Amino acid sequence: MAQDKSDILPGTLNLMVLKTLDSLGPLHGYGIARRIEQTSGDLLQLNQGTIYPALLQLEQMGWITSEWGVSDNNRRAKYYEITRAGRKQLALEEQTWRRAADIIERFLAPSEG
Amino acid sequence: MNGLRVFLNRLRAVFFRSRLERELQEEIRMHLEMQTEENRRRGMSDREAHRAALRQFGGVEQVKERYRDRRGLPLIETTLQDLRYAGRVLAKSPAFTAVAVITLALGIGACTAIFSAVNPILFKPLPYPQADRIAMMWDFGAEGSRLYVTFGTYRELTQRSRSFDYLAVIRPWQPTLTGTSEPERFNGQRVSADYFRALGVQPALGRNFEATDDQQGGPRVVILNDALWRRRFGGDPGLVGQQITLDANLYTVIGIMPAGFENLLTPAAEVWTALQYDKTLPPDSREWGHHLRMVGRLREGVGVEQVRREIDSIAQDPVPEFARPPYAAMPNGLMVYSLQDDITGGVRPALLAVVGAVLLVLVIACVNVTNLLLARGAQRRGEFAVRVALGAGRTRLLRQLLTESLLLALIGGVLGMAVAEIGVKALVALSPPGLPRVGAIGVDGNVFAFAFAITALIGLAVGLVPALHASRSDLHGDLQQSSRRTASGHQLTRRVLVVAEVALALVLLVGAGLLLRSMQRLFAIDPGFDTSHLLTLQVQTAGQRFNAETTHRFFEQSLDAVRQLPGVTAAAFTSQLPLSGDLEDGYGVHFEWNPSGSLEAENSAFRYAVSPGYFEAMGIPLRRGRLLDEHDTAAAPPVVVISESLAQSKFLDQNPLGQRLRIGPNEGPWFTIVGVVGNVRQTSLAVDQTAAVYVTAAQWQLFFDRAMWLVMRAQGDAAALAPAARRAVWSVDKDQPIVRAATMNDLLNASAAVRRFALTLFEAFGVVALILAGVGIYGVLAGSVSERVREIGIRLALGASRRDILTLVVRQGMTLTGFGVVIGLSGAVAASQALVSLLFGISRLDPLTYLGVVMLLAGVSALACWVPAWRAARVDPAITLRAE
Repeated sequence: MAQDKSDILPGTLNLMVLKTLDSLGPLHGYGIARRIEQTSGDLLQLNQGTIYPALLQLEQMGWITSEWGVSDNNRRAKYYEITRAGRKQLALEEQTWRRAADIIERFLAPSEG
Repeated sequence: MNGLRVFLNRLRAVFFRSRLERELQEEIRMHLEMQTEENRRRGMSDREAHRAALRQFGGVEQVKERYRDRRGLPLIETTLQDLRYAGRVLAKSPAFTAVAVITLALGIGACTAIFSAVNPILFKPLPYPQADRIAMMWDFGAEGSRLYVTFGTYRELTQRSRSFDYLAVIRPWQPTLTGTSEPERFNGQRVSADYFRALGVQPALGRNFEATDDQQGGPRVVILNDALWRRRFGGDPGLVGQQITLDANLYTVIGIMPAGFENLLTPAAEVWTALQYDKTLPPDSREWGHHLRMVGRLREGVGVEQVRREIDSIAQDPVPEFARPPYAAMPNGLMVYSLQDDITGGVRPALLAVVGAVLLVLVIACVNVTNLLLARGAQRRGEFAVRVALGAGRTRLLRQLLTESLLLALIGGVLGMAVAEIGVKALVALSPPGLPRVGAIGVDGNVFAFAFAITALIGLAVGLVPALHASRSDLHGDLQQSSRRTASGHQLTRRVLVVAEVALALVLLVGAGLLLRSMQRLFAIDPGFDTSHLLTLQVQTAGQRFNAETTHRFFEQSLDAVRQLPGVTAAAFTSQLPLSGDLEDGYGVHFEWNPSGSLEAENSAFRYAVSPGYFEAMGIPLRRGRLLDEHDTAAAPPVVVISESLAQSKFLDQNPLGQRLRIGPNEGPWFTIVGVVGNVRQTSLAVDQTAAVYVTAAQWQLFFDRAMWLVMRAQGDAAALAPAARRAVWSVDKDQPIVRAATMNDLLNASAAVRRFALTLFEAFGVVALILAGVGIYGVLAGSVSERVREIGIRLALGASRRDILTLVVRQGMTLTGFGVVIGLSGAVAASQALVSLLFGISRLDPLTYLGVVMLLAGVSALACWVPAWRAARVDPAITLRAE
């Protein structure tokens, strides 16, 4: 599947999902996908489907849980919720990510300025 | 870290696969609906909204596939899928599955059962520490037979031999326990002090025999085995040191043997006492009687051969302290065997033959399964080709086939285990009396695993061949072949296998045939008396109140009592019974008439002390003179009746009547020969040793026989008479143990038990081999006919008669059989060598047997050919040709 826009950096999808669930609370897969799209604006092209294998993986790791519930417009949907272990993991990944971004930043800054 | 959690989650998913799959579908459907709605809200048309939603989602099937890969354990899921498929495939062709599974089960089961039975007897070390150092010694008897050793020989060896750590002698002892509840007679042994040390075992409780116990007039002490101690004395450890009453004497219990102790020399023995023979060796005493077994523990590093040489040199060099009578002079030294050889020697040839037979069965089973899988693989090449065309990878196909073969092997193995379980039980039930270590026989897991692995591996390997072929070969060709096959390479392999099967089956059947004919020959032998309707009862007097006179009176009264029984037409008693399998009671016989004057002219003969009427009751014919009668009492002049063979060997054609002879030691009375009777086989039907002397029990003064056989001729069923006969004996004296009761036909069968054992197994294996060979031939021909349907159709269309077609197919099958027979015959000639010691009265090359077996095989293969041939002949040329 060719991607016309910017591809997701490997590993970042998990971080985005966790962050979304952390800030918005329980949400179904569609909601998570939409939220990621909205947040990234037009910069990121997400194949919404890829969210599901990612959710499965996060659940298998014990970072999120899922439960069937009813959506706003009265549909049955599977809701995902971040667990305590998931928050810990999120904090860890945020930190790692910030540090990495920081380092990259420093590399790039002098040559520009 | 999280590896385990993920694995467990995935494993869970394997079990909830279908529910999770439904949830995934549902979740994606929801997602798409929500996105579609959103798109509509943005003003797209219904169709447009839906298509956009799909685009935004990305490839639905790819997502699902990635999801599934992550969700469960794909390896296990595919395997389960393969298993389900394999189960369906096997269930779809029940005939093939049944034949393959039964073949596997029979091969694995029979092999496991036989090896489990044979292993403890032939191969496993005996249950004693350093059992290879235990040896048995025998004197040389007439014509190289084994003879028990004398106490004198034992004494001399204990003093002069340097080869042994311990040396011991043993004789049987059958005491009766009284004083507790009902009297019970035990099997036991009188042993010299070092018996248990020679075996290398110690009592678990109490103490061993010491030299001080084993002296003439020494203390009465016994050691009990664990089973007797628990059964009769409740396992009370306080029994050690207490006294029990055996044969009306008080014996002190000094020890209890450990629970696991196996007394291989006399497995039934439960109680032991000290031998207490006279170490001064008075001449002509029991100390010089040949009635002891001798067992020794060799010194570290001394072999059986060394012992034999040392005993030889001692034998050649007599010393004055150990003056030997001529009959115990050891002119040839002694026979020395390892304990293992000694106790298994009698059954070893039969067991080895049976092992050979079962290996043949296993090979035939393997060949048969191979053949079946090949045939099936060939038939399924079309199917494989289709699957490859639909995208199944080669490894996927191989895995599928492997799963099928494994499933087949697994079912076969489970059934095989059941067969082995039943087989072992049947073997123990069938086993000849006196088979050593029967108690140690049980299904052997190692053997099972071995047989299972071999059969399964061969099946697996062979099952893969067609798949390998299919996945490699030209797809297009195979697809075409799925509808129109021609005879190909696999047919040749299958024919070779069938030839091998026929050959192997022939070898087995010739073995079975030779044994069968031997058995017929054996039972065609006239034992010298009438064995039908004869009940025998061995009775022994026990206790001090029985001396020579009271014992004699007891047997007289018992005889009167059984004669009164309705249905008894004649009865008598005798000190030894032909074909009873008991120890033989042989004596040296000296004739007064000794024209050559040589001292060595001594005939050995069986001694029978009998009641008058014995010959009449047994149906032994009188040849000359008269039989023993009631006038031959203790007070009358001693008379003897001899067997025809003894008369012949001594007097040739002269008249033996009126001649005199002595039985046993030189001081005995002279017996006048008054009659000659027909020869009777004493040891077994196979042994032509018939020299015998008969005297009345009243005139037998040397000692008195405590144990006698009552023989009764019944009008009807002899076995039905047994309870009444027992009651009759007990009516005379209720305390007298009846050692055993058996009809003469039972004894006769028991005397041929080892041969019968081998025969039964060979017959069973032979039948299996015959069936498998028949199935093999049928399979190949059936396959060949269905592959040649078109050819047959053309032949018919071109004017061949149905008869021609029939001949064509039958000839093809019989050619295979012919090759198999020729190869099998040479195999059988070679293999029959192993059976020689089990044969009787026929050559191992007995032409009748070979001819019969060939006819049988030919008949079975003709039958196996007939069905496919008949089907071929019914082919309708119009239909076959149109079908193309």
